[in-house]
Amino acid sequence: MITRRELLQVGAAAAGLGLSSVGRVAAQQRLTQDELLKFDSVGNVTLLHITDIHGQLVPVHFREPSINLGVGEARGLPPHLTGTDFLAKFGIPARSAAAYALTAEEFTELAKSYGKIGGLDRAATVIKAVRAERGAGRVLLLDGGDTWQGSLGSNMTRGEDMVACVRLLAPDAMTGHWEFTYGEERVKELIDRLGFPFLALNVRDTEWQEPVFEPYKLFDKGGVKVAVLGQAFPYTPVANPRWMIPNWSFGIREDDVRATVDKVRKDGAELVVLLSHNGFDVDRKLAARVPGLDVILTGHTHDALPEVVKVGKTLLIASGSHGKFVSRLDLDVRGGEVKDFRYKLIPLFADAITPDADMAAAIVKARSPFAQELAREVGRTESLLYRRGNFNGTFDDLICDALLEQRDAEIVLSPGFRWGTSVLPNSPITVEDVHNATAMTYPQVYRMTMTGERLKEILEDVADNLFNPDPYYQQGGDMVRCGGLGYTIDIAAPMGKRFSALTHLKSGKPIEPTKEYVVAGWASVNEGTQGPPVWELVEKYIAAHKTVRVAPNTSVKVIGT
Amino acid sequence: MTGLSRRTALAVGAGGAALALIGNIHSAVAAPKDAEADIAKFTGGKTAEKGKITIDLPEIAENGNTVPLTVSVDSPMTAESHVTDILVVADGNPRPGVATFHFTPLSGSAEATTRIRLATTQNIVVVAKTSDGKLYTGQKLVKVTIGGCGG
Repeated sequence: MITRRELLQVGAAAAGLGLSSVGRVAAQQRLTQDELLKFDSVGNVTLLHITDIHGQLVPVHFREPSINLGVGEARGLPPHLTGTDFLAKFGIPARSAAAYALTAEEFTELAKSYGKIGGLDRAATVIKAVRAERGAGRVLLLDGGDTWQGSLGSNMTRGEDMVACVRLLAPDAMTGHWEFTYGEERVKELIDRLGFPFLALNVRDTEWQEPVFEPYKLFDKGGVKVAVLGQAFPYTPVANPRWMIPNWSFGIREDDVRATVDKVRKDGAELVVLLSHNGFDVDRKLAARVPGLDVILTGHTHDALPEVVKVGKTLLIASGSHGKFVSRLDLDVRGGEVKDFRYKLIPLFADAITPDADMAAAIVKARSPFAQELAREVGRTESLLYRRGNFNGTFDDLICDALLEQRDAEIVLSPGFRWGTSVLPNSPITVEDVHNATAMTYPQVYRMTMTGERLKEILEDVADNLFNPDPYYQQGGDMVRCGGLGYTIDIAAPMGKRFSALTHLKSGKPIEPTKEYVVAGWASVNEGTQGPPVWELVEKYIAAHKTVRVAPNTSVKVIGT
Repeated sequence: MTGLSRRTALAVGAGGAALALIGNIHSAVAAPKDAEADIAKFTGGKTAEKGKITIDLPEIAENGNTVPLTVSVDSPMTAESHVTDILVVADGNPRPGVATFHFTPLSGSAEATTRIRLATTQNIVVVAKTSDGKLYTGQKLVKVTIGGCGG
């Protein structure tokens, strides 16, 4: 498979040098744009996939998870592999560029050598190069959504900055999730300005159960009739505030997917692509149950896989997050069937890929109203700050510490989002860093009392959204992060029985079911939640402490893996 | 039930199915046993065969207070062979009985749409009775969640 070979090439170059003794320049010299773009094209159609950019216009540090557990049939299967298991599965040498892009292994050290990854200007360079090589008439660029949210700029402009820049990439279609957290009116307004369709076959109005968006679009690419079906995040009104989109109803709607596949096949589609924000495990199940899907471009769960996962005849692609990658899938489609394919997950090493000038200018323009604020240093960190992973990340521990102190709480609940970039140790923390971990439209930090019983109920509820053995009942975030609270979780147990040994960390005492605790938290889905925005409290906390250090979290014990 | 939308009422009316709602506010604690009793009463104690039934329900409810439900039974709906009644039971509700739909060959198809209220995560069980004395059943788990924290 080309992917593995190419990654090995990239990897071997750096791995052979022994990174402990090599500086950044040497590592970069071995990583070239030509090498990253190299691809032996095949067939008549090329799909380019970007997804879950989360408002990141410029290159980022983003540490992939070191814990990403699968349950049920997904246990131990990609994407539920991390660290050395991941490297072994895909034949990636330790300390290679690919190891840095795809795992958390030695992240800090490798980040210093390989630098940041991503940036829409680098993505533009890659996309333009592929279109030039293949001819635009053979290429479809598809955006899986979670594009308009996740940074200070996107939050301040309510998605405007992202739409302005992504438009320049000229995608052929997109679908969405966090887009909906700007509310119905804003979503419609921005869609009107896209210049390409927003597809979602699984969204209906609550009153009449009629489709809200175009369900699919047919394209003629390389002489092949291609149908692209859109699938928005099925649980948007459950995982995010329903009151922001009261008239729209979502769901996996497997029967509707099946019916749409049948319809487009009947209308002559030779290649059927699902542009999905279901999450990887949901799509794996869907692929096994709905015949006729040739390709699923997965999203939502932020998995970056260097190889295609095949389920029956369906090819599943996982293109990562935060703008780190562009996926390229070449397909040879003949007689309504995929005869051959070749795939590459292209990591956008920022130092190796020349930024596209037009996009770079657009990004500067989009960021200019906030440039000074974004760069403002609020303090420093001695520890690596990251979020991604099933349980508490260091950035979340920092947020929890901030809310414990700033809201004088005993316990903090902080959402297990999968978006949020990383900050290297012994670096400044900027306003941009804080907002990359917090920027959203319902940031109020509440303060209330909850009984021990209620706390356990919440933990059980959230854990079941992550560890229910049936993917159709999962929502795809990570576990809610807890401050001041320790626990043991058995991920294999049924709902209601996963949690034990709940402990109030400050006193060291067990959480009592009937006792009331003062709880602070953010990202409540309830309308009318009162409190200051989370970024304000995090900034205050960092400023007050000047330099923060986050000790390793030992309060969560995981069993049943 | 005030949760019936105009379209639902129209659909039910046009389909020629008569609808009897038996779900009501009730303080009793939920028990699958009550659901079993409702089903036994409907089937006369006979075992229903799995299949023929399509239940359109979300896997996770967006709002437990009003969950859209469409149920249909694969049937020729002729004078000789048609669905006469469909029972819908929510096994975790304080009072599990949700609705019974009645059909005739003139209904055209054995399909009904309504909205139901679910107190908690539970199974929705559907049982259909046909004119030639057959019983079919199907069920679907609907999760009612606190929400939040996704992404």
